[in-house]
Amino acid sequence: MQEDTVRQQSIINKLLYNSTWRGWLFQALVLLGLLGFFSWIIYNTVSNLQRLDKKSGFDFLSQRAGFEILDSPGVRLMDYAPGVSTYLDVFWVGAINTITVAILGIIAATLLGFLIGVMRLSRNRIFSAVATVYVEIFRNIPLLLQLFFWYFFALRAVPELRERWSLFGGLGGINKSGLYLPAPVFEQGFGYVALAFVLGVAGCWLYARFATARQFATGRRPPTLPVYLLLLIGIPLVVFLVQGSPLSWELPVFKEDGPILRRGYQADAGMVLKPEFIGLWLALSLYTASFIAEIVRAGILAVPHGQTEASQALGLSGGMAQRLIIIPQALRVIVPPLTSQFLNLTKNSSLAVAIAYPDIVSVFAGTALNQIGQEIEMIFMMMMLYLILSLLTSLFMNWFNARIRLVER
Amino acid sequence: MKFKKVLLGLAVVACTASAQAATTLETIKEKGYLQCGVSQGLPGFSNPDDKGNWTGLDVDYCRALAAAIFGDAEKVRFTPLSAKERFTALSSGEIDVLSRNTTWSMTRDTQLGLNFVGVTYYDGQGMMVPKSLGATSAKELDGAKICVNTGTTTELNITDYFKTHNMGFELVAFEKSDEVIAAYGAGRCDVYTTDRSGVAAERLKLANPDDHMVLPEIISKEPLGPVVRQGDDQWFNIGRWVYYALLNAEEFGITSANVDEMANSENPEIKRFLGKDDSKFGEGIGLGNDWAYNIVKLVGNYGEIYDRNVGPDTPLKLERGVNALWTEGGIQYAPPVR
Ligand SMILES: N[C@@H](CCC(=O)N[C@@H](CS)C(=O)NCC(=O)O)C(=O)O
Repeated sequence: MQEDTVRQQSIINKLLYNSTWRGWLFQALVLLGLLGFFSWIIYNTVSNLQRLDKKSGFDFLSQRAGFEILDSPGVRLMDYAPGVSTYLDVFWVGAINTITVAILGIIAATLLGFLIGVMRLSRNRIFSAVATVYVEIFRNIPLLLQLFFWYFFALRAVPELRERWSLFGGLGGINKSGLYLPAPVFEQGFGYVALAFVLGVAGCWLYARFATARQFATGRRPPTLPVYLLLLIGIPLVVFLVQGSPLSWELPVFKEDGPILRRGYQADAGMVLKPEFIGLWLALSLYTASFIAEIVRAGILAVPHGQTEASQALGLSGGMAQRLIIIPQALRVIVPPLTSQFLNLTKNSSLAVAIAYPDIVSVFAGTALNQIGQEIEMIFMMMMLYLILSLLTSLFMNWFNARIRLVER
Repeated sequence: MKFKKVLLGLAVVACTASAQAATTLETIKEKGYLQCGVSQGLPGFSNPDDKGNWTGLDVDYCRALAAAIFGDAEKVRFTPLSAKERFTALSSGEIDVLSRNTTWSMTRDTQLGLNFVGVTYYDGQGMMVPKSLGATSAKELDGAKICVNTGTTTELNITDYFKTHNMGFELVAFEKSDEVIAAYGAGRCDVYTTDRSGVAAERLKLANPDDHMVLPEIISKEPLGPVVRQGDDQWFNIGRWVYYALLNAEEFGITSANVDEMANSENPEIKRFLGKDDSKFGEGIGLGNDWAYNIVKLVGNYGEIYDRNVGPDTPLKLERGVNALWTEGGIQYAPPVR
């Protein structure tokens, strides 16, 4: 009897006073609590939906969508047509539009950000002043305001719908309905040209390895530039000519007569960047570039000055010192925060609906959600899209980061 | 520590779970005010003035609702919502009632878990173009570029209309109507389209309203009315009878000015309506028996609300038209209080 109670007590003591046991106990309790919490949420949601007599499930995805969507990459790629396409197509139209503006925005923001960041460190007073002013302005004004500014500024600045400014000697032009450019038309045989180019890239990579090996062996690097040019441009060009120039250009068409609403640029000819796309792309790129510029500046400043002096002592030219010594070290500091800027840009693209660019939030969480009304399923799909985009971006940047990491011996 | 937090969490969860069971009316009374979803600024319907006071026909409906519940038309708070957000805000419980120039359609009534209580304004979709375009009919709009709001019936109707008439068009859809009208004003579009009442209101926001005209075609039916969540019949009844009370008051000729006089009337219908006999219509729907008296006294009847917000003497200059009472040749008709 006595012994039993003592034993029991010792078990309780063990549970409470042994830190390993206690840890397990509390973790189990927390897990139980969490499970209870989530099952309560799910139960509550389901019963609320039932009470409201709302549908659930993903059947709506095969329903046909009856609304028009603004001409955009997604609409073109999915061949979207109201009354024919389904809500799943609508999802993809929005997704493609989001991805397009995110990728183009990341490219532009990175190029501009590096330029401004380096300019800020320039010894030229004017350059560094311009860069400082740029950063302070674009970083400190809310993105939404910048979005409206660029969109309405661009709209006000260019000619009316039935007028235009010609660009590139009439090959393209711009007015309030967009920027019109010749569209490439790939004809049969262009595939070979593309193949030649891909092989050329692979060839360059192999040749670069060979050149480095030679350099280690003999101390002298064989000429690379002519070989690169031959592989990347020369051979594809020959293939292009042999195939009979399988590429032509479709020019935009501008009509000056006929019924007034049919005048101006025609919807189905040439390539067009809509003002909504241009406004969003510009605003996202300019805004994010100001943050990237600061990251780049910090990255370069993080490389001790001794490194520059050491490379000078070794007899490296200024450019070579930058390329071989400074930038590779700066990149290690730059890349991790750069990744979060890329993620920010992607997520910020969801402001698109403010200026009518048909991104995923606009077409799917806006128009489609108002038709279907299944918030939970639809927002879930959208969250998954953003999550996957973010994970892919991080994955790619982590890979890149690992490649440029300092290899310690 | 952690354990305590979990317990606390579970307790909170349990409490909210029981709160879920309360009716909408109980929750509102407990809060002490009504939460009403309105637009982000549509003159005549729901629009904040420079002091932040909301005015408009949709706003007055909510004030009438507050008057019926609390005997105080000011016990209401407004949540401005874009067309895209409005239904989610209602079904999530963020607002108690949505009174935001919202079209009653079958999808919205049957698929979204919501119920429309009535039609406070019968409308139809109209189109506005710059006079310089020279168009006189919507049928001449082949090739037009059109600015609209996302998440509206407008963007669906326009697709149907252009398809039916075999015309091509480009649709530019913004979330907020300020941007829609600004883009139209900046020349991005040839056509601005929404409910006719909305066209009249938004036109006033243009730099030169007189350079623009409304085309004669009405391309859809847009019965606009308040919406509540499905599944609370009492709240639905209150929403519906507050609207009917506004109409019945006008039909009886009771106004905010003469309601006290009318309360002494010998007419049994009026006495019953104003809760001056011993019938208990107010209690029947969970309110006081002076519910209708309070509505008329504090907010007015339907005609008063119409005239002061959107009628011919306001900047919107909208004739009563079909929104006149059935006794005046319109289609506004309320079942009797009896
Ligand atoms: N009645 C239509 C259209 C409602 C709508 O959103 N109209 C716009 C243009 S009149 C509006 O209310 N704008 C005011 C705002 O967004 O605050 C519907 O219910 O879908």
